[in-house]
Amino acid sequence: MGGNMQKGEFYRRDRNWHPPGYAPGYKSTVLRSPRRALLSLPQSPADLTGPVFGHGMLDPLDHDLIRNFGAGGEAIGERIVVHGRVVDQNAKPVAGTLLEVWQANACGRYRHVRDGYVAPLDPNFGGCGRVITDADGNFAFRTIKPGPYPWRNDGSDWRPAHIHFSIFGHAFTQRLISQFYFEGDPLIAKCPIVNTIRDRSAVDSLIARLDLENQTPFDHLTYRFDIVLRGRRSTFFENRPEGN
Amino acid sequence: MPVEPLKETPSQTAGPYVHIGTWPSAAGLPIRTQEKPNVMVGAGAKGERIRIEGMIHDGAGSVVTDAMLELWHANADGQFPGHWGRTITDLKTGEWFFESVKPGATKLADGRAEAPFATLIIFARGINIHLHTRIYFADEDRANAGDPTLKAVAEPHLQKTLIASRSTRSGQTVYRFDIRLQGDNETVFFDI
Ligand SMILES: [Fe+2]
Repeated sequence: MGGNMQKGEFYRRDRNWHPPGYAPGYKSTVLRSPRRALLSLPQSPADLTGPVFGHGMLDPLDHDLIRNFGAGGEAIGERIVVHGRVVDQNAKPVAGTLLEVWQANACGRYRHVRDGYVAPLDPNFGGCGRVITDADGNFAFRTIKPGPYPWRNDGSDWRPAHIHFSIFGHAFTQRLISQFYFEGDPLIAKCPIVNTIRDRSAVDSLIARLDLENQTPFDHLTYRFDIVLRGRRSTFFENRPEGN
Repeated sequence: MPVEPLKETPSQTAGPYVHIGTWPSAAGLPIRTQEKPNVMVGAGAKGERIRIEGMIHDGAGSVVTDAMLELWHANADGQFPGHWGRTITDLKTGEWFFESVKPGATKLADGRAEAPFATLIIFARGINIHLHTRIYFADEDRANAGDPTLKAVAEPHLQKTLIASRSTRSGQTVYRFDIRLQGDNETVFFDI
């Protein structure tokens, strides 16, 4: 960092863009959302730094959910590749960051000890994958398109098809877990979890787009989903105490 | 048009099946490449070995048994990169724990000293955007008294929600940090 410009704190989180903690349409939030206002703090070194995960931790099949938990065969379902780019709010690529994904199988059933949905498990599908972004922030993983599934909430609501994702960025303030959806799904607009987000364009930013040009013919369709993490402010001519 | 940064990707709940992606063996999946991410340091790490444990209670006082938590803190010298860990609330008891070393004291950009602390973030069903809190240590009375964050928490009973109690069990230092999502002793959560 030279000249008069330095990297400052991360932009504040826009809490009107994110869903609020208390969103009674999604009933589980009622007892799990703090009632007092969040306390705003200056960012400390603990917030401006974060863990680094190297390629050494990955297995060659971690980005291939069609095969990675297979019992000798491939998972059943619509074969898709999801690809995209991770950038920060300043549109700079976020390289070398860990992206974790998890999802239901093609019938909407999770391989989880607590999922009792009647739809069958697929012996060749685990629903868990990981990938690290390249130098330009790009990632890709192969999977099957998850099915919608019912849940209790208002008697029986249905979740739109979605993939859960977790991403680290380079600082703990960039940490994010969310879910993305698939273009054209009529269940998106009806979902109480989606609708915890108040801004329609925020919801749009969670929808993966069909990317027909990047299909692999006679093998899989491709969807594009880009991710934006918090960016850092530039600070100019900041007065700093002696010795700092 | 004024210059505006891009909008951040919005958060959604991690949901009840968070284990599949972050702790697959708890979901019932075979272990492939995931290890035990709640043991945060190797045998050779510098510093006092500690265990941090607790439970999470919701607004009805019920114990949360489907959360995933992550911890990030300075090394024993107060430097970063520090130590990262991930844990889950036990599916039956709701107990969670980390094993690490006690972090050293750090400094804010303006030079003010911070008491040793660890950043804790909480993901779960019913939590739309992760909750962010800090664990301070009960045996750091003097440092805690001067810490700018603890001083920003005006009410003493709320300050206490951020301080882990210290005890010794079978020769090991154990800090206890119970989290209350709502109520009179609601844990202080931050917007950072
Ligand atoms: Fe889900």
